[in-house]
Amino acid sequence: MKRFTRICAALAVALAMTPVVAQQPIKIVGLVELSGTGATSGTNFDNGVKLAVKEINAAGGILGRQVQYTSSDTQSNPGVAKALAQKAVDDGAYVVMGPVFSGSILVSMAETQRAEVPNFTGGEAAAITEKGNPYIFRTSFTQTTAMPKVARYIKSDLKARTVDVMWVNNDFGKGGRDMIIKSLEAEGIKVGADISTDPGQVDFSSAVLKAKQSNGDVLFVYTNEEESARALRELRKQGYAKPVVGETVLTSQKVIELAGDAANGAVAHVGLTADAPLPGIKKFDVDFQREYKTRSDHNGLKGYSGMYVVKAVTEKIGKVDGKAFAAAMHGAKILVKDTPGVLMDVSFDKNGDIDRESFLTKVENGKQVVVKTLPPLGAK
Amino acid sequence: MADLVQLLVSGIATGAIYALAALGFTLLWQAAGVINFAQGEFVMLPAFAMLFGIAFGLPMWLAFLVACVLAAIVLGLGFKLVIVDPLIRHGVIPLVIATLGVSIAVKSIVRAGYSAEAHPLASPFPSGQLSLAGVTVSYADIGTLVLAGVIVVALQAFLNKTVTGRAMQAVAQNTDSARVLGINVRRMVMYVFVINAVLAVVAALLITPTYLAKFDMGDSIGQKAFFAAIIGGFNQTRGALLGGVLIGVLENLVGFYVSPAYKEGVALLLFLLVILFRPEGLLGKAEERKV
Repeated sequence: MKRFTRICAALAVALAMTPVVAQQPIKIVGLVELSGTGATSGTNFDNGVKLAVKEINAAGGILGRQVQYTSSDTQSNPGVAKALAQKAVDDGAYVVMGPVFSGSILVSMAETQRAEVPNFTGGEAAAITEKGNPYIFRTSFTQTTAMPKVARYIKSDLKARTVDVMWVNNDFGKGGRDMIIKSLEAEGIKVGADISTDPGQVDFSSAVLKAKQSNGDVLFVYTNEEESARALRELRKQGYAKPVVGETVLTSQKVIELAGDAANGAVAHVGLTADAPLPGIKKFDVDFQREYKTRSDHNGLKGYSGMYVVKAVTEKIGKVDGKAFAAAMHGAKILVKDTPGVLMDVSFDKNGDIDRESFLTKVENGKQVVVKTLPPLGAK
Repeated sequence: MADLVQLLVSGIATGAIYALAALGFTLLWQAAGVINFAQGEFVMLPAFAMLFGIAFGLPMWLAFLVACVLAAIVLGLGFKLVIVDPLIRHGVIPLVIATLGVSIAVKSIVRAGYSAEAHPLASPFPSGQLSLAGVTVSYADIGTLVLAGVIVVALQAFLNKTVTGRAMQAVAQNTDSARVLGINVRRMVMYVFVINAVLAVVAALLITPTYLAKFDMGDSIGQKAFFAAIIGGFNQTRGALLGGVLIGVLENLVGFYVSPAYKEGVALLLFLLVILFRPEGLLGKAEERKV
């Protein structure tokens, strides 16, 4: 009888412990630019992840476990990002979200790779997924896939023969500059003025004057949000009247808000936009505005959809295991009909690059308007 | 040639804004022996005050006036009474450290309370350009030049032509003698702090449409203003003007003729050259250390 009592007691303890283990939250850590030159990008990305986590938890979490999301400020500084990545690993993160800046992720991803922790990034520099890191995954297009689409548009729609390129001198900008020049030349378009600007640059008067003097048919602007807004304001101030084209950032919500009327007429290829004519994205737009009283730019969509990719793939493998997660991500295809939160059907290749539809957008009357939907590269 | 004229005009316009902030540096130094390393934040705070005013439905001119009043009270009187007066008797260094602390604290508070993101402030001038003989100059640059010019001329007239202005100059030159002459030194010093605060609001009005309102927008303007004051001569108000305009123009020329990537280094290079070869500044007078 005594033995029976002991067994019952042990079973009772075991049963009592089981829910505790099952209820342990899944730790997701955000490394985001909440200050410094990347504050706009990082804040949007962070808010997107937070919104997704809130929805996922409200719907019962992932595999019945709640998601515990904490974010840290990289200060837009690669060194800080690296230290925070190490801390995230030490804290037992299942997945790391961010940083958004290419310069930061290029440095910090060594820590997550070493610890075999999957790492999603908003960075677009081609080099990020060219280093053979099996734990890095994008939430947006790489410059390698986006720039040829931009060059094709400049040639076919704008009929330009010479293009001036204004870019920000960081990893993001330099990668974009190299890729757009390569893509333009592949289309037989000549590059006119090659105008380098600084991260955080506030005065674009001489840069714009240089573009005006060069007399190219089109100006391609590839800088971060605040700099893009300042460049557009200066272009308007100096009466620049030729087409201004960009990739992703130039027509983003934040740039439109900061540049005001000066953003009108700007055209950009975007991988994600809150103005996309898709039901999932329209719902996201409404929810995001209700939550944060502001519209999301593409970075908010990156964070949001990225978090839902984490949910979809974790539920597919049926366990919280970073190594198995990373293995399942390569070649994964996640459909909106199965996981509406991914917003658009998306697939990942062996490098962690994504493929999905994209959009050509234009700013009209202070609003980003989708003028064309471009198919995924894999659909061609 | 048209490019050069355009570069000069926009450079002078930008330099005039640096000069307004630099004027504050020199005025505070002359009148109260204060080097205010929170000068950039003194420009940033009014920018946010104007944003608040506009968000509450005030027209820009009224938001500007409200910001002037608030700045005069908080950044003028408040700064003097709470920070400067208790510390000034301990010498320049504790005060410098205190202003650095104010700078960090103000940035942190604004960042926590208003987010780290940039916010737009509309230009007080109409958009568009004036084209004359192949030279295109924006109305914004013309407006900036005119407004900054009027402020500087009015300030010089006030300092040189009015009894109060002359009294302030007397305090700046020799406090003890001014006191013997019956000048209310405390009041004159107070006026200087208030003028500095109002100059910061004007600088904020002119520069925020370009810089965008952000918690760290003062870093750049504060640094440029400090360099401008040193380059021109810390003990000369005219020096601050020269320093500001020199930096603005040279930045534009380097940005255009060399590379925009190098323009941010112009002020630092000029500052180093002046410190090495003419430490008192281009228009400054050498001062002997008091024992």
